[in-house]
Amino acid sequence: MSVPAKEKASSFEPNIVAFVCNWCTYTGADLAGTSRLNMAPNVRIIRLPCTGRIDTLFILKAFERGADGVIVSGCHPADCHYTAGNYHARRRFAVFRELMEFMGVDPQRITFSWVSASEGGKWAEVVNSTTEKVRELGPFVSYPRVAHAQVK
Amino acid sequence: MSRIGVFICHCGENIGRTVDCAQVAQAMGELPGVVHSVDYKYMCSDPGQALIKQAIKEHNLDGVVVGACSPHMHEKTFRKAAAAAGLNPYLCEMANIREHCSWIHEDRAEATEKAKGLVRFIVEKIKYNRPLSNIFIPVNRRALVIGGGIAGIQAALDIADGGREVILVEKESSIGGHMSQLSETFPTLDCSQCILTPRMVEVAQHPRIKLLAYSEVESVDGYIGNFEVKIRQKARSIDVSKCNGCGECTKNCPNKKIPSEFEQGLGFRTAIYVPFPQAVPNIPVLDRDNCALFKGRAKGVKKQVCGKCATVCGRRAIDFDQQDSFITEKVGAIIVATGYQLYWIGKEQESEILHGYGEYGYGTIPDVIDGLQFERLASASGPTGGKILRPSDGKEPKKIVFLQCIGSRDRAKGMEYCSKICCMYVAKHTMLYHHKVHDGKAIVFYMDIRAGGKGYDEFVRRAIEESHALYLRGRVSSLTRNGDTIRVQGVDTLSGEPVSIDADMVVLATAMRPQPGITSLAQKLSVSYDLHGFLNEAHPKLRPVETNTAGIFVAGACQAPRDIPDSVAMASATASKVLGLFSNEQLEREPLIARVDRQTCTGCFHCERVCPYGAVERFEVKDRKGNLIKVIAEVNQGVCQGCGTCQATCPSKSIELDGFTDEQIFAAVNAL
Ligand SMILES: Cc1cc2nc3c(=O)[nH]c(=O)nc-3n(C[C@H](O)[C@H](O)[C@H](O)COP(=O)(O)OP(=O)(O)OC[C@H]3O[C@@H](n4cnc5c(N)ncnc54)[C@H](O)[C@@H]3O)c2cc1C
Repeated sequence: MSVPAKEKASSFEPNIVAFVCNWCTYTGADLAGTSRLNMAPNVRIIRLPCTGRIDTLFILKAFERGADGVIVSGCHPADCHYTAGNYHARRRFAVFRELMEFMGVDPQRITFSWVSASEGGKWAEVVNSTTEKVRELGPFVSYPRVAHAQVK
Repeated sequence: MSRIGVFICHCGENIGRTVDCAQVAQAMGELPGVVHSVDYKYMCSDPGQALIKQAIKEHNLDGVVVGACSPHMHEKTFRKAAAAAGLNPYLCEMANIREHCSWIHEDRAEATEKAKGLVRFIVEKIKYNRPLSNIFIPVNRRALVIGGGIAGIQAALDIADGGREVILVEKESSIGGHMSQLSETFPTLDCSQCILTPRMVEVAQHPRIKLLAYSEVESVDGYIGNFEVKIRQKARSIDVSKCNGCGECTKNCPNKKIPSEFEQGLGFRTAIYVPFPQAVPNIPVLDRDNCALFKGRAKGVKKQVCGKCATVCGRRAIDFDQQDSFITEKVGAIIVATGYQLYWIGKEQESEILHGYGEYGYGTIPDVIDGLQFERLASASGPTGGKILRPSDGKEPKKIVFLQCIGSRDRAKGMEYCSKICCMYVAKHTMLYHHKVHDGKAIVFYMDIRAGGKGYDEFVRRAIEESHALYLRGRVSSLTRNGDTIRVQGVDTLSGEPVSIDADMVVLATAMRPQPGITSLAQKLSVSYDLHGFLNEAHPKLRPVETNTAGIFVAGACQAPRDIPDSVAMASATASKVLGLFSNEQLEREPLIARVDRQTCTGCFHCERVCPYGAVERFEVKDRKGNLIKVIAEVNQGVCQGCGTCQATCPSKSIELDGFTDEQIFAAVNAL
């Protein structure tokens, strides 16, 4: 599912960071690789032990440093390698999403998903669909400009 | 300033075909802190590793980044190589430019750019890596086995024979579990008691096994190698040290009409009783709820009612005032082998997600029984002496209908799983029936026959061909009384015809469920369980007997429905795991765990609340005089598994997970 070249030339290429857990999604992404599943090159992975380790500040920082979109992905509920880390992550992100909205950041720029170690195909889908979505949303406008717009 | 070396691997053509490795190496060489950056055909090969080792020495590197395959593949390899050259192994990291880049992209320019980005993440991250050394934990080389069914017995014997001490805790008054109730066992039809009893005796006599029957685990503290377990020894009302198992007390107990649990309600026992003659330990227990003396006490009757057992006990072993007692044991590993119970199919259910089968009249029609009750009828030591007789009138049934999958594979009843053993024991029951009642007719309603296993399918075939059991594929909609018989109404889905049979007896092959109370035990142990309460293994294929809590293992039917061969195999597997763990006095593990900054921790203990392992402990900071300054968090190195949930939760950023500290992750993000 590579992006058609003609379309690519005309549109903007988003920069996306993925924070993923080591046991499920990272391994799922490895599987996508071993299965040679072609996908958009816009997503770069940062490996963490567990989604429970993901501080929401990482996401804020990523946008500040020029990311246009962020993916957070870990083990399916009940499958956490550490029993419950993903549940903590889920709760944290439920609150975080509202904070993003409050700050005027389109929550669509952040994709939360569960991708298990056996779901290479699903990972490719998440990468492609997120890239597509963020491409449509356009480049992320920096926080000060977001804040400014809100004040007005 | 760091002195980092970057090594980009071509992986033959695997990376080199889509990523311009030389260009990546060159770009990395220009990053601040990178003093050496090269590419090579095969980094993991001996010459590749030599290249890294040599560079570490020549350039005095304090960090190594290998841009190659997934760290899951070769992180250990490269860390070892780094260590061999004198660099701390945790100062070596990998960037994944194969699985996450070259294999999933086609455009060379794009892939090369992305590879640069991926390696840059790690170069920036590694600037904040600290040298770490592996952690050594002392191991208390004794094991605790919870549950004395065949699984627990096997595990205990294997470990004890392997030279280590075992404490076996069984909640009932005798070990043996369900296997002691079975008549003969598939697929060989050997007598269950005959193969089990010697094992039970061996447990009791083994110098390295401490058997605590009629006991339960009260609490569990600690971590792998160092558990502390509090065990409640329930009051038997018998002084175990005095009792010699003569049986006078049970003989003289006047209350003889209590339905026996061991006989599945088909026989009776006394109030002071041994569940079955071969019980181990062979010491009675007094059922206080059914004892006249205790009933009298409860009513406030001043004079002692009864007390006959005490009068006839020559050794004065009976102690009506005995209380529960507690002991604490220190062990290094725990095996859970708590087994199963059968699904109760009456109308009332203990849990909301389960639904009974009111339509089958279980509990109201006396000749509708379950599989274990049939085992008791067929057992030579059972209430009928091994004769198949109807519970209602003691007549020999000439037609028995067996229903499979009662509860199992039935989403509507709350259990979608297959109980696995029922196809086999129903076939066994039809054979036993045929052996005992030659002119009897066995009819089986089944959904599918699942007889995978050595000699299993042949066994079912024998039931059909030699014992002439009639197998009908289909479900039964209702069981109703019809005079002396039970009307079985169902459908034969192969012919599409409705079927109506008047049976003398009906046997329901009910689903296997985990033991009641297993979830509270699992919570004490921090072991996860599935929707139904079966304990979860760490990995369904590669770590089938370990749990996610290090040092705790599972065996037998508490993990999923299992037959005896499977339970025994699992039990021996846990024993070999435990003996492996006990082969060293100390346990070595990776140091990627959380660490508390004592200066900044405020003692809010948010970390304690989110830790899935209970690894956070309280540490008292005192001044020189011993006055308490503050109580802060401390991480138990043996318990922490390194998920990092605490760090993301800590409001003062005082807890850090080595290998994935905030500094390291932010450095990577900053390199975007
Ligand atoms: C009708 C029927 C017929 C069968 N026939 C056969 C057959 O022919 N061949 C065959 O291979 N298999 C057969 N099985 C299956 C067999 O019963 C099981 O495979 C076997 O009993 C499992 O052993 P286990 O030790 O895991 O569990 P169990 O036998 O259930 O033993 C568990 C033990 O743990 C104890 N326990 C539970 N909770 C606690 C606790 N919290 N603390 C302390 N102790 C606890 C229990 O009291 C029990 O003693 C049959 C099963 C049924 C229902």
